Amino acid sequence: MEYYLHLVLNGLVIGSIYSLVALGFVIIYKATKVVNFAQGELVMFGAYICFALTVQMGLPFLVSFFMTLIFSVILGLCLERVILRPMIGEPIISVIMVTIGLSTVLKAAIQLFWGTQVRVYPQVLPSEPIWILGLPVAPVYIAAFCLSVVLFVIFSLFFKYSTMGIAMRATAFDQQAAQSMGIGVKNIFAMSWCIAAVVSSIGGIILGNINGITPQLGHLGLKVFPAVILGGLDSLLGAALGGLIIGVLENLSDGLAQQFFGLAGFREVAAYFILVIILMIKPYGLFGTPEIERV
Amino acid sequence: MNILSVENLEVVYNDVVLVLKGLSIKVERGSITALLGSNGAGKSTTLKSISGLLATEDGEITEGSVFYEDQPIHKLWPEKIVRLGIFQVMEGRRIFEDLTVEENLKCGGFVRPGKEFSQSRELVFEYFPRLKERRKQLAGYLSGGEQQMLAIGRALMAKPRLLLLDEPSLGLAPLLVEEIFGIIKRVNSEEGVTILLVEQNARAALNIASHGYILENGRIVLDGRAESLLNNPDVQEFYLGIGSTGEKRSYRNVKHYRRRKRWLG
Repeated sequence: MEYYLHLVLNGLVIGSIYSLVALGFVIIYKATKVVNFAQGELVMFGAYICFALTVQMGLPFLVSFFMTLIFSVILGLCLERVILRPMIGEPIISVIMVTIGLSTVLKAAIQLFWGTQVRVYPQVLPSEPIWILGLPVAPVYIAAFCLSVVLFVIFSLFFKYSTMGIAMRATAFDQQAAQSMGIGVKNIFAMSWCIAAVVSSIGGIILGNINGITPQLGHLGLKVFPAVILGGLDSLLGAALGGLIIGVLENLSDGLAQQFFGLAGFREVAAYFILVIILMIKPYGLFGTPEIERV
Repeated sequence: MNILSVENLEVVYNDVVLVLKGLSIKVERGSITALLGSNGAGKSTTLKSISGLLATEDGEITEGSVFYEDQPIHKLWPEKIVRLGIFQVMEGRRIFEDLTVEENLKCGGFVRPGKEFSQSRELVFEYFPRLKERRKQLAGYLSGGEQQMLAIGRALMAKPRLLLLDEPSLGLAPLLVEEIFGIIKRVNSEEGVTILLVEQNARAALNIASHGYILENGRIVLDGRAESLLNNPDVQEFYLGIGSTGEKRSYRNVKHYRRRKRWLG
């Protein structure tokens, strides 16, 4: 029993990181209808910048944490200015192709600077475990979970009540109509990419603290995909829950496969099994918006 | 005094399709001006080149200029133009279906300071009481007429000085058309908003307008006071469907087609 509880707890933590990254994904999708295939690389970018600042430049962790967030904002702005602004008014599919190219470029740039070996963060939070339900849990896991919840609440309120958030949703629905209302589509794009870069960086830093970082971190973006689709692509709540669900299911099925069939590495594909099943049963995801049809 | 003057405008789509061929119009401050013409004449393009929305459709102003309050605006981004006080209500309503009525209104007032919101909203609800009942509903579930009201209400939220209306009667029942046009007239007289109105429904438009332009093939072919256009035999025949004798024309008598071509030049 304890074994399963442990699997669930680990799943929740990894899931909360999925949720964070999924949040960035959904924000870009909500504001621009673009499926961002470079999301995982944004995670990696944050993780490596923070690594460079703490380890290579020797700054205290909190300072480099906030500086990484600033760098992420700058990255978001640059991406918008250089790559996405020329694409305004072009078909969405072209923009999606651009994000695929972007993911390759980012990955290559990071390998260029930091090489391909595993890098390890210094210990930031105490390693003394905290006991929950009779199970030892590392503080960094709890921090990861809390951070995800807080960010999720902030962004939900932002999209529901702030004028900017509403304008972002409007832009997602109809760019040209939003433009006719004086909503600067450029600013909306820039804003959504900044937010996505920031939350992804936070996810990356947390992951770095748990496992260390490699250029393979970008694959996380693919893992987040099932989470986002489970949640319904354009729902923040869906992204948060989808991330958690995928994290838990992935860990549980991996544990079970190992215990009963002696199969290792089921973790890597479990999420996609779940994805296929979701798409068959609920094509709009758990909380996605079905298209409105008036009759 | 003219609030807007468009001079010798030439617009090209996709670098090849010449849509407007030296079009000039003037809109007098405080008036309702109607822009009439058949499908594909370039009416919507004219409005979009004023509001700056051409760029998103790969259209480009190659020649001529647009002056608003004697200031050239044809090189500005649309969000800048909205802040100057020009608001276009696009053809086909274009409301945000996933958003509630109230959120749609909030988008309309995007360029205004937040504290104006509740006051402007009350004004919109006064013009369109039906929107008030449905303020919390998703706009996608409104009827066509209510959506058009929302589209106009959204424009009022921005407190424009010049309102560009693109076919507000599109797809509406005759009774609703009458209601919408009544409201347009009220907005013009009570809020002092100048209106440039593009319409297929020539009669309804000329009835509330003071001045009218008739557009064919990217050029102005006729313009004048609304009454004189309504009484012009050519306009009556081609846009209002009345023959020179005052009865409805029958399709049997197709000779008018040749006259129409000569008239278009």
